[in-house]
Order: sequence, then structure tokens, then C-alpha cells
Amino acid sequence: MKLNILIGGEAGQGLNTIDLILGKTIFRSGYHLFSSKDYMSRIRGGHNFNMIRFSNEPVTAISDEVDILVALNEETVTLHKDQLKEQAIVIFDGDVDTGGKELISLPARTIAKEINPRGVNTVFVGAVLKILGLSIEKARAVLKDYFKKEEVADDNIKLLEKGYQKVNSYFNLPAASGLKDQLYLDGNNAIGLGAAIAGVQFYAAYPMSPSTSIMNYLASKQSQLGIVVEQAEDEIAALNMALGGSYAGIRSMTGTSGGGFALMTEAVGLAGIAEIPVVIADIQRPGPATGLPTRTEQGDLLFAINAGQGDVPLMVVAPRDHKDAFEQTFRSFNLADKYQIPVIILSDQFLADSARNLESFQLERLKIERGLPSPEELAKIKDYKRYEITETGISPRIYPGQVPGEVVLIDSDEHDQYGHIIEGAAMRKAMVEKRGRKIAKLAAEELLEPVYQGGETIDFLLIGWGSSYGPLQEAVQLLNQAGYHTGLLSFNDVWPLPTGELTSRVEKGARVIVVENNATAQFSRLIRSETGLTAEKSILKYDGRPYSGKEIFQRVISEVIQ
Amino acid sequence: MAGFRYESDRVTAWCPGCGNFPLRKALVSALQELRLAPEQVVMYSGIGQAAKMPHYIRVNGFNGLHGRALPPSLGMRVANPGLKVIVESGDGDTYGEGGNHLLHNIRRNPDLTHLVHDNQIYGLTKGQASPTTGPDQTTSVQPNGITAQPFNPIRFALGMRASFVARGFVGEQDHLKELIKTAIEHRGYALVDILQPCISFNKVNTYQWYQQRVYKLDQDYNPNDYRVAIAKAEEWGERIPLGVIYREERPVFRDYLQQLDDKPLVEKSVQPADLEYLLEDFR
Ligand SMILES: Cc1ncc(C[n+]2csc(CCOP(=O)(O)OP(=O)(O)O)c2C)c(N)n1
Ligand SMILES: [Mg+2]
Repeated sequence: MKLNILIGGEAGQGLNTIDLILGKTIFRSGYHLFSSKDYMSRIRGGHNFNMIRFSNEPVTAISDEVDILVALNEETVTLHKDQLKEQAIVIFDGDVDTGGKELISLPARTIAKEINPRGVNTVFVGAVLKILGLSIEKARAVLKDYFKKEEVADDNIKLLEKGYQKVNSYFNLPAASGLKDQLYLDGNNAIGLGAAIAGVQFYAAYPMSPSTSIMNYLASKQSQLGIVVEQAEDEIAALNMALGGSYAGIRSMTGTSGGGFALMTEAVGLAGIAEIPVVIADIQRPGPATGLPTRTEQGDLLFAINAGQGDVPLMVVAPRDHKDAFEQTFRSFNLADKYQIPVIILSDQFLADSARNLESFQLERLKIERGLPSPEELAKIKDYKRYEITETGISPRIYPGQVPGEVVLIDSDEHDQYGHIIEGAAMRKAMVEKRGRKIAKLAAEELLEPVYQGGETIDFLLIGWGSSYGPLQEAVQLLNQAGYHTGLLSFNDVWPLPTGELTSRVEKGARVIVVENNATAQFSRLIRSETGLTAEKSILKYDGRPYSGKEIFQRVISEVIQ
Repeated sequence: MAGFRYESDRVTAWCPGCGNFPLRKALVSALQELRLAPEQVVMYSGIGQAAKMPHYIRVNGFNGLHGRALPPSLGMRVANPGLKVIVESGDGDTYGEGGNHLLHNIRRNPDLTHLVHDNQIYGLTKGQASPTTGPDQTTSVQPNGITAQPFNPIRFALGMRASFVARGFVGEQDHLKELIKTAIEHRGYALVDILQPCISFNKVNTYQWYQQRVYKLDQDYNPNDYRVAIAKAEEWGERIPLGVIYREERPVFRDYLQQLDDKPLVEKSVQPADLEYLLEDFR
């Protein structure tokens, strides 16, 4: 059983607070959950909603069907009436037409007025907990963590209790699976956390939805970690600053969305030719240009892998889910350092703004690899050549001031082994090939093959990349339940593209369907250009909204099977 | 310590007689007299003839993108306060393509010296107008003369209240050397606009043109007086003042980074397991 709670209202009504407190309470009660945000690019008014879907089985995607609708305004009921399930409940402060569904009229404002008018939303949280039959104890602790001021926390606890007392229980929930040692976090926090744990010391960025919360997270930790977050004057400066930090010897990163990434591209090339390690998060939103600022899309794929003029050595990784966002961020720093290249983390608003539970990370297993010379190697450095031509293409990297008597010169012009500007054909060729060897080595030794889920004999193979993994998992489950033998291949390394698993799966002869969140089937085109394989069908979505598992399921049925 | 060798043996891409040569000479003497070892100096530059300096002098160098010499230098200020940072680029690079970075770094006041080779022209791209090219001057792209108002870097920097603003001239070697030394020793952002002819593409602002106009500010001039400096910044045309036009001591970029201690970030490292506490927020 999976239950879906939708909380809707205007921007500025405090939806995120309800979402956070309710979500965390459900999480701490031991359930699996997945919460997501659907919001407009505005500060007041409009219509926003959050959804919390939970169960005692893993939840990996959103659902369009609503069990409990918390309506902070009347419009929310009008807009979401059609999504209400047969047994659904609507909670609203006042009277409203629910189309025959159960209405709980909760006088939240009147209740809050007596205690603390700013805590209206907490009354709703209390009511929802009671309706679900969940214990209120966990919510009290969550409120204490959330509201730093004691009086405010106390007021909210009172309001929570009032809401709880006001309504009846409706659901008889199965006991929680009793999950242990779990974390509950969104995709951008997973990236920020991954960067912090990888030892990032400098994050320079310019605010842009939906990437900004990475910067917020690291900024909130900068005192504790002793690191620096700088708000750059623009994205061009942001990446160039990060490159300066990396050249100076510290792990550096930037993050943005498509528009900012477009401004960064010249410096992506600089990182490539000057061989400066850097990690760049592009949290995609629908483009072109300003597009839909707070919505989701996987439309930057071909742009990201081709970022920068010329043949830029780079890597693009698209995290599949929250755990992967953390792990891939950590890994990106190691690979950037080892191969001295820019590594682009291609996430999107869906992953960035959705949160879910996952098993806690085993930090002692993680190893930071800076790719810097050992003390013995350092001692041997004489007449240092930043771009020494080596068999692997990787040159020993030191930072300025590290070795007495030696200077470090990097150059955006084509250069010789010392980093000096050159124009000679032979040296140019040698340097292009040196950079090429690094990428060849990376492709041969480092790539993660896509994960495969499904039986060995299948009729349908669904292929996805990045954040569509969760919805695809549900869709494949539904398809198999409906009797269609379906497997799933989900990529997270997208450039260079690992092709081994892909070719061997496709060769087995199932009908191949690529599912993407863009209009022009970018991943299908990439597969074709890298392997010559052509998918039978692309399922595409470009309305700025994420897939639900059921939507993919239905579209496979209607667009492929029928 | 004359023992340090800064000049590289490389053949330059500069025209014989280019103002970049005397500028390099002044810079090398300044570094020598300040007894800075080559590995203690980091030079950031953009793209242009001036911006090739890191190839013709032996210090650490970051020859980055056109207009983007300043942003990477901030990364060094974050990572390692121990090294001397010199940003060096042309007038087009600094005042044109890189204008936004200029304005914001004056606000940040990082501890660095910014040497702008102001030949009042785009040299490398063969003679188009730069922001400082004089009014009515004709070029291949502005055959009817430049109509936009010229940019006055001194007035701009003062308007932004830069903590150190100076003007030098390559024809005044000793004066320029002393100016560069003072700028390097200034704690904070120091802008030195350095007049130099472009013998190939700027037929107006020649050595002679400058020599007829420049004069050195003397002891009577007080560079700590902001109002006086503002008035001085207006002076251009018939008479062009050289020297430190304005200076003040104020906190630098790194002073505001209270989370940092004396140990440079570049000498610090962490182990993932030490950061277990970060997971608490998500439980
Ligand atoms: C993004 C970008 N735009 C344009 C150019 C071409 N370009 C190179 S140098 C330059 C102007 C150089 O003028 P200045 O900075 O005054 O340097 P100078 O050559 O005069 O020393 C231009 C436009 C470039 N390299 N990169
Ligand atoms: Mg110039």
C-alpha cells in the first residue's frame, strides 16, 4: 500500500514547512517515503503543491493519485479534485465542494489565533497525523528541531496537539517496516553533502533555480567546515573562480542550471585544455533560455557533453537517484583530480527538489584521491613541466608554491610541456593526443555500466538515464505485473558513454524503448551516434513535469504495445 | 637579491619597440627589489598581447581567458594567502570584456596587484577601439571615428572606492618600478593603469604624445584625501598625472572569511569519516 498526501496552496503559504515537518515525522516513524515539490517561479500567489508518498515498501517516484488532500486554499481543491481516489479525504479550513469526497473542515485559523497565528500550518500537520493514525511523539521532536526558538516550538507543539485532537483516525496503516540508520534528503542536498564529504574547499556560484540550494547548503556549513562559498558576479566568474581555486591546490566546484552553464562553457574548455580539475553541477530546468525556471527537464544532455568549442576532454555523470547523487558527486571529485578534467554532474529539478529515504552512507569506505604526487615524487621534481607528455596523458600536477624553486604555468592557449604558448603543428598534435589519451583511459577503466533490472528473457527493454530511474522502476514493475516481460537499463555515466552492457542487452532482441524528459530524444540520438543502435521508440515528456511510474506504464501500453 | 631570475629566454610575440618591454623591465626590477622568489609570485592574465606576460617572465602563471584574469585570482586568495598575486592584462581585456569582474573585485578588495597595460587599443586583434581609445580616433572598425565616451579607469576605480588607484607610464621606468612596488606592498586591491604606446596600431598615443602630457605627482599631493583624488581623476588630456592617486587601508576579502584561520586551505585536508556529523541533519 502506498499513500499519497498532496499539500497545495499559494506561494508564501508555508507549504514547504508542512512538507518538511510531516515528511520528517513519517520518515522517523520508519516508513519509506518520497516527497516532491511542484512550484512556480514566484514569491507570492499562484498555485504550488508538495506531495508526500509513503509506504512500507520503497517509493521511488511521484504518483498522480491522491489519498489525502491538504488544501490551504479553495483553488487547490478545484485543481486536484480529479486526482482524488475513491476513499480520499480533503482537509480544508471551511466549506468547499469536493465532488462527493470526504471533507474534514478544520478550523485551523481560529485554533491558531488563540495560540500563535503564524502556526496555522502546524494544525494541519497534527490533523494529518491523526487521520493517518501516526503517533504524535515523533512530530513533537521534529518541531523542536525545526523551530530554534523555544517559545515558537512550544506554540507549535500546542497547535500540533489541537489539530490532532480535532479529527478522527481514518486509515489503518500497516506497521512501518522499522527501517534503521536511514537518511532523508533531497537531490541537491545529496550533491552538497557529497561535495562536503569529498573535501570541497571552495564553491563559487551565481544563484539560479533549481541549483541554488546546493550553494545554500554549503554556505550554511562553511563555518563548521572552514570552507569558502562565494557568490560570484556571474556564472562566467563562478567557474573561472573555481578554476583559480583548483589551480591553487584546493578542491573547487560550481553549480548552476542551463542558462548559467551556457555562460560557463568557454571556461569548461579552459578546464579542458589547461587540465584543471573541477566539478560543475548543472541542475537542469526546461529551456531554451529562461524556459520554465522551477520545472524539470533532461534537455541539456547533448549540450553538456559538447560544452565548449573544440575537442574538450570532459566527463558527464547523471545521478539516478538521491543515493547516487551523493556517490557520484564524491566520485566526480576523485575523477576530476585524477584525470585533471572538468566533470559535469547533470541532475535536474525533479531530483533536486524531491526527497526520499535511503540507507545511510558508509563514510569510512570513501577514499579521497587527490591525484597529487607523493612526497617522494615531489622531492624528485626538477625543471617542472605542467604538461609533461606521458603514456597515460596524465602529467604530474603540483600547485604554485608547493615545490621550492619550481613554478607552475597553465595556459588556455595551446602550449608546450611547460605551459608556454605555442603554435607549432607537431606540439599541437601531441597535446591534443595527450588529452585524448586521458579520456581513452577514463573510458576504458572508470566508466560505470548502466544498471540492469529485469529477467534474462524479456520482450521489452526500457532505457533511461539520470533521474528517470525511480519512475522507470515503478513502470517496469507495473508492466511485469500486467504480464509484459520488461527489463530496465538505467545509465548514470553518459559521457563518455559506456556501451558494453547496452549492446549486449540490445542484441538479445527485445523491443527497445528509450524514455526521456525532453522533446528531441537526445539520449536515443547519443546511443545511435555512439553505437549505431536505433531504438524502436522514444517516449518523451517535455511539459516541465516529472514522470510518474504509472504514466510511463500507460504510455508504453498505448504507444508501443497497442 | 639579484640572484632570482625572472626573465625567461623565450622570444616574445611583441613588436620591437612595444611598450610591453619596458613594462616587463620595471616589473622584473620591482620583484627583484622586493626579494620575492619566482615561486612566491602568481601571475593571472587574460588574452591579448599584454596578457602574454606570464610566458615572458619566470613566475607561476595562469594564462586564462579573454576578460577573465581576475576571477581565478580570487580562487588563489581563498586557497593560499601566502603567495603574491599579480593580475596583468590589456585595457580591452580588463575594461571591456572583463568589466563586470573589475567592478566586483574592487568591491571585494582581495589582496592583489592589478597591472593594466593601457595602450588605448586592441593590439592583438589589430587595432580596433578599446574602451580607453580617445574620442574621434578612427580605426578599421570605427572608420568614422569613435563616438562612445572614453572610459576613465581612474575615475571609475575611485567611484567604486578602490583601496589603491595609481597611474604609471612605461616611459618613466624608475617611477613605474617604484609604483609597482608600492602596489604590491599595498594590502588590498591595487589598480595600476599603465600608459604605454602601441607602436603598430595606435598612431595617436605615441611616446611623444604621452611625454608631452604626463607629470609626476609630488610630495605635496595627498593620496589619502578622497576628494582631492576625485578631482585628480578628472585630469586627462593636456596634463596627465602619474603616481598613486588614492590609497586607503581597509579590510581585505580574506579578512571577512571568519571561518578561515592562519593555516592556508591548501595545506588542510579532511577524511570523509571525520565528517560523520554532517549526516545528522538528515536523520
Ligand atoms: C572571448 C574572446 N573574444 C575575443 C577574443 C579576441 N581577442 C583577443 S585579444 C583581444 C583584445 C586585446 O586587447 P587588449 O586587451 O587591450 O590587449 P593588447 O593586445 O592591446 O595588449 C580580443 C578582442 C578572444 N580571444 N576571446
Ligand atoms: Mg590594449
